[in-house]
Amino acid sequence: MMAHLRHRLVVVGHGMVGHRFVQAAIERGLTETHDIVVIGEENRAAYDRVALTSYFEVGADALSLLPLGAYDDPRVQLRLGAEVVAIDPTGSAAPDTAGAGSLTLADGEVLTYDQLVLATGAAPFVPPIEGRDLPGCFVYRTIEDLEAIREAASGARVGAVIGGGLLGLEAAKALSDLGLETHVVEMAPRLMAVQVDDAGGATLRRHIEELGLSVHTGAMTTSVLGDDRVTGLGLKDADAIDADVVVFSAGIRPRDGLARAAGLDLAERGGILVDEQGRSTSHPTVWAIGECAAPGGRMYGLVAPGYTMAEVAVDALLGGPGAFTGADMSTKLKLMGVDVASFGDAFATTPDALELVFSDAVAGIYKKLVVSEDGTRLLGGILVGDATSYGLLRPMVATDTNPGIPLPENPEELILPASRGGGSGGVVLPDEAQVCSCNDVTKGQITEAVADGGTCDSPSCVTACTAAGSTCGSCKPLVKSIVEDYFTAQGKTVDRSLCEHFALTRQELYDVVAVHEHTSFDQIVTRHGRGRGCDICKPVVASILATQLNGHVLEGATRTLQDTNDAYLANIQRNGTYSVVPRIPGGEITPEKLIVIGEVARDFGLYTKITGGQRIDLFGARMEELPAIWRRLVDAGFESGHAYGKSLRTVKSCVGSTWCRYGVQDSVQLAIDLELRYRGLRSPHKLKGGVSGCARECAEARGKDFGVIATEKGWNLYVGGNGGATPVHARLLAGDLDTETLVRYLDRFLMYYVRTADRLQRTAPWVDSLDGGLERVREVVVEDSLGLGAELEAAMARHVGGYFDEWKETLDDPEKLARFVSFVNAPDVPDPHISFREERGQSVPADSAGPVSLGTTIPVGPAGPVGSVGAS
Amino acid sequence: MSVETDPTQASTDGAGTPATAGTPVCRLDDIEVEGGVVALVGGEAVAVFRTYTDEVYALANYDPIGRASVLSRGIVGTRTADDVDVPFVASPLHKQAYDLRTGRCLDKGVDAAVQVPTYAVTVGADRTVWVGAQQSRDEEPHEPDS
Repeated sequence: MMAHLRHRLVVVGHGMVGHRFVQAAIERGLTETHDIVVIGEENRAAYDRVALTSYFEVGADALSLLPLGAYDDPRVQLRLGAEVVAIDPTGSAAPDTAGAGSLTLADGEVLTYDQLVLATGAAPFVPPIEGRDLPGCFVYRTIEDLEAIREAASGARVGAVIGGGLLGLEAAKALSDLGLETHVVEMAPRLMAVQVDDAGGATLRRHIEELGLSVHTGAMTTSVLGDDRVTGLGLKDADAIDADVVVFSAGIRPRDGLARAAGLDLAERGGILVDEQGRSTSHPTVWAIGECAAPGGRMYGLVAPGYTMAEVAVDALLGGPGAFTGADMSTKLKLMGVDVASFGDAFATTPDALELVFSDAVAGIYKKLVVSEDGTRLLGGILVGDATSYGLLRPMVATDTNPGIPLPENPEELILPASRGGGSGGVVLPDEAQVCSCNDVTKGQITEAVADGGTCDSPSCVTACTAAGSTCGSCKPLVKSIVEDYFTAQGKTVDRSLCEHFALTRQELYDVVAVHEHTSFDQIVTRHGRGRGCDICKPVVASILATQLNGHVLEGATRTLQDTNDAYLANIQRNGTYSVVPRIPGGEITPEKLIVIGEVARDFGLYTKITGGQRIDLFGARMEELPAIWRRLVDAGFESGHAYGKSLRTVKSCVGSTWCRYGVQDSVQLAIDLELRYRGLRSPHKLKGGVSGCARECAEARGKDFGVIATEKGWNLYVGGNGGATPVHARLLAGDLDTETLVRYLDRFLMYYVRTADRLQRTAPWVDSLDGGLERVREVVVEDSLGLGAELEAAMARHVGGYFDEWKETLDDPEKLARFVSFVNAPDVPDPHISFREERGQSVPADSAGPVSLGTTIPVGPAGPVGSVGAS
Repeated sequence: MSVETDPTQASTDGAGTPATAGTPVCRLDDIEVEGGVVALVGGEAVAVFRTYTDEVYALANYDPIGRASVLSRGIVGTRTADDVDVPFVASPLHKQAYDLRTGRCLDKGVDAAVQVPTYAVTVGADRTVWVGAQQSRDEEPHEPDS
């Protein structure tokens, strides 16, 4: 048996928790050692089941957690619409293959695995009553369930929901929204019996009845009535209810059938028995997370504990110490416009606990705090009708392991309305207070993100970067107030002026130049700025003019705007010499051209080094030598590589399907085409690209601003990656594209970036800075939501059509060449400051000891027409 | 530090070649507006800059912080210092800003002693640029003569 270098991990179930597991596996590097196969039973990728009720309003796309239907890591394969029918943790069904075990799909395919993660979730519990299979009976779990309910509702008048818990009320809202007269039938004496007490349940009931729903509590459903379809519900000790649609929402049960059949340990009340890390107690290569799991024998029916289990399992697979030791079962939600929150010891089960209650029947508000006997600690609480204080209260709760935050002297202020002296009671959350329980983010992490050295400047950026508020959203107001309080305390305002000469951002300046059709710095600084500019704004204006006018960067007055390197079309080095990089598109070069580079380097005594972008850098050229060097290179068919510009550098490629036995597409051809298409494009920062011919990713394309990876069906386009000090992997923008679409999206992406990014902002931070981040880029580039697509493509077409080789044009223009002299009055005297020493057989700069004088013996030019070139 | 003056006022042999004006290095038009050239004057590399208002300044070409002879290739602009628009050049190596009038580095956090030597410079009526002697460090900066 051959040893596998990489392991295969199979995830069964692509719900919220399975998705979170895969995300964590990618983020934390588990995919460096494991190929992940995800098997999803539903035809759609993971979606937000917590917000299922909003499906009718917002549609499936808005709920999706993976809108592209693929992960932006090629080592994760997602197989949807596939059902696992059996698992074999001993591997006896496929003894000839490597791996710890195997599983069988509905179509008979057998997959082996090294690690198996079960995230099969839970199924709605349907009580075994007569008539429960009649047409017109539904459960409330998937988008397909909602679709079926909607269809049934179109010809129906009355709906009934069995179950008055959290999900039951969600289902009731859905039926009510669909225009049905709606009944809620709950066996317990109150609604949401698990979360709220009698008084809270009564308050909630009044709210729901005001909305026109009928609530039946303490009502046990004995049968579903009807012959060939539902006509109503039979109740014990009460009149029957007429109904055309019935939704069962009477709780959930772990989906542990596969594990049961395979002989895995199960918990007494169902669920796969796992240890604190999520590992099956009977089969160490099988893991279970989310609602199908029972850590310590207990099942958790909320998403936050499931997320924690997913993170813990990834940590354990990486050898980490993480453990799941129980979960905060706090809940906050808005049901039919009514806030309901329940947290900590809501039912005051702690011995000698005291209850503080505020109730306002007219306003429909009920608030209860459970506090310790001495009144110093908050143990739990219930909020109905107004849960605005939830964000403040929940982190204060004391538990066995967490002392919480001491209560203020008058804790009742925490639940009294502001008009009666209520408020925060002066409570200031400590840094370690957990603000987002879904993603375990503390207040300290939030302030750190916005502090100096942090990366965020707004609450939405904090949510994007720290994940605080990104799941249930209940802590978003608290995140916002923490960020705002922090900024207020710091007296911070964000000044995005380019420099002292322009009170505009680069993007604003770009628009101003375009709108006014300015063509010179003088016009721009006179009309929109002050002073005469500096080393910050001049290169920005030069770049904007280059993009909009496609002119030569050394033309006329634009020459003096250029940054050091652009000014001489070469890269200045520490001793004032320059390096020269001819373009080698895609890194492909003929032996003849390679020889020319070698000869030029030898003849001019240039230090030679291979770059990271698959080309060759020639160092140590004196400024006045540059034209002669380029004459040789241009004559041999080379052109500028723009290594000196804030512009496209290279598009790196692997060798691709032409040679490689693994390649599935011709990556070299595409890399050359893209490099030639975007060469010379001036941008806010340097731009790099990469093309890999298969998922092995040898071109390291995801380390580039734009990366293309071949698939069997076409190309996956990734954007926003870079190496350097803060490496970022590019993320998937669109998948399985044909070449034409790929180029169109890239045209739009790059032009959108060039137009809207800040100065020296690479694509990764630019994407993050957009409202909506990558999703925003996708809207603009892929969905064309702004209707900018054609304009961006046309701008790129102008760039492509207007391209010329800057060096060749320079060589052909005596006026531009005139500047390439050592001394204006002694063009034949080399600058004595430049000297070299030898290292490993090549010339390198000798350290400068200070200014050098040639003395007065050197004859210098002339009294005659001194440096007359250019005088006109 | 000079705008089209008549060097003959200083001292002249009548042919427009002032004895004390130093070395003629180029024509004003050889220097781009808001650009610089480097001239060899008495064996030393001197950067000569021209501002938007046609004032001409000369500094040693050697950047004492970057330790290379490059200043003439920097971007020329203005920067506000003590509420005055100061003409400056940004070193092409690490962007330190040097005051064209005094050669002092304008950047915060840089040792105040860092100063590039300045040279006397005049523009003749025929637009010839003359570079004179290096000026002493303590000398007050020359204001344009006009």
